[in-house]
Amino acid sequence: MKANSPAERLYNGIIKENPTFVMMIGMCPTLAVTTSATNGIGMGLTTLVILTLSNMMISMLRKMIPDGVRMPAYIGVVASFVTIVQLLLQGYIPSLYDSLGIYIPLIVVNCIILGRAEAFAGKNPVIPSLFDGLGMGLGFTIGLTCIGAVRELIGAGQLFGFQILPESYEPVTIFIMAPGAFFVLALLVAVQNYVKGRKAAKGQPVPESSCGQGCGSCGNTACSGKKL
Amino acid sequence: MKELLMIAIGSAIVNNVVLSQFLGLCPFLGVSKKIDTAAGMGGAVIFVLTISSLITSLIYQFVLVPSGMEFLQTIVFILVIAALVQLVEMFMKKVLPPLYQALGVYLPLITTNCAVLGVAISNVQDGYNVLEGVVNGFATAVGFTIAIVLMAGLREKMEYNNVPKAFQGMPIVLLTAMLMSIAFTGFAGII
Repeated sequence: MKANSPAERLYNGIIKENPTFVMMIGMCPTLAVTTSATNGIGMGLTTLVILTLSNMMISMLRKMIPDGVRMPAYIGVVASFVTIVQLLLQGYIPSLYDSLGIYIPLIVVNCIILGRAEAFAGKNPVIPSLFDGLGMGLGFTIGLTCIGAVRELIGAGQLFGFQILPESYEPVTIFIMAPGAFFVLALLVAVQNYVKGRKAAKGQPVPESSCGQGCGSCGNTACSGKKL
Repeated sequence: MKELLMIAIGSAIVNNVVLSQFLGLCPFLGVSKKIDTAAGMGGAVIFVLTISSLITSLIYQFVLVPSGMEFLQTIVFILVIAALVQLVEMFMKKVLPPLYQALGVYLPLITTNCAVLGVAISNVQDGYNVLEGVVNGFATAVGFTIAIVLMAGLREKMEYNNVPKAFQGMPIVLLTAMLMSIAFTGFAGII
């Protein structure tokens, strides 16, 4: 695929650099809102919209923003879109607004959004940035929905609110509580480590993930301790 | 006084910021290898979170509410916090060099710690006044410090354990966090 073509950007976001399963960034909302598949998809789509809009806007402004103040400028752009989306959700989908609560304004500090602004949108034209945001957003949505579905199925016997498992199944409620989030993520990283270990043993290239170094390598200069 | 105490215990222990709200997870996982550094990070978070709760509460009560611009809270808070952390850093370097030596390296890391913005916003959502907001910020940061220091203590012991290969590194830390989180749900009945 041609570099920076729309299809390549979508593939990159959904498969190759999937933010949840490969890059392991944006973990705060991933753990907090995936108590059900519905919440996961809602949070994913909200982030998708904000990511796409902010990528487009930052890409349009990339020649106007001086290098020295680019982080505050990016944060300003992202915070504005978050505010707009928050008000729209409050007005039109109040049930989602209530269940996501404080995690909607916290999208501002989501590593994925500032990370993509810094790594891609600040250097590339508008159309690739648009598809980069769409791809990353879809990858994030898929990740959150999968984790949410697993937790909801085990923790409540349901999927998207419909009873899937028979009545005789005793739900393991702890999976939809806070400890369950840590447990599911621990297993996810363990599987990822295992796959990487096998790939390394065969001498294949191992994709880099930011996990284990905290925020230091999430591609976001504001995270890695540099000044704004 | 009783209400302030309830807020303090509630945010420090019962609704622990890391273990039940998942805020500030990056430093919790990243800076918890040694007790010394974990305590340093905790100290810096207590310092910044208390000041930032005070400033954001003041701005909300006396600037945003009178001018009817509450909807701008997210934008205003994040920019104020980013500026405040740098200001605190410069001020500390000039006036309190020993404290700066101890906490300075952690300060820039805190800007994007989602706990800081999270507390500012939850102060508004829960309708706290300035004093309650400051207490909430301080207690949340104490809760963060408790969690990160405990985690660092466990990780120091875990160095000597024989962990399965795939679980080495992050997965075992997350499993430890899970067990701590279960323990902290035991506090749920206190208030």
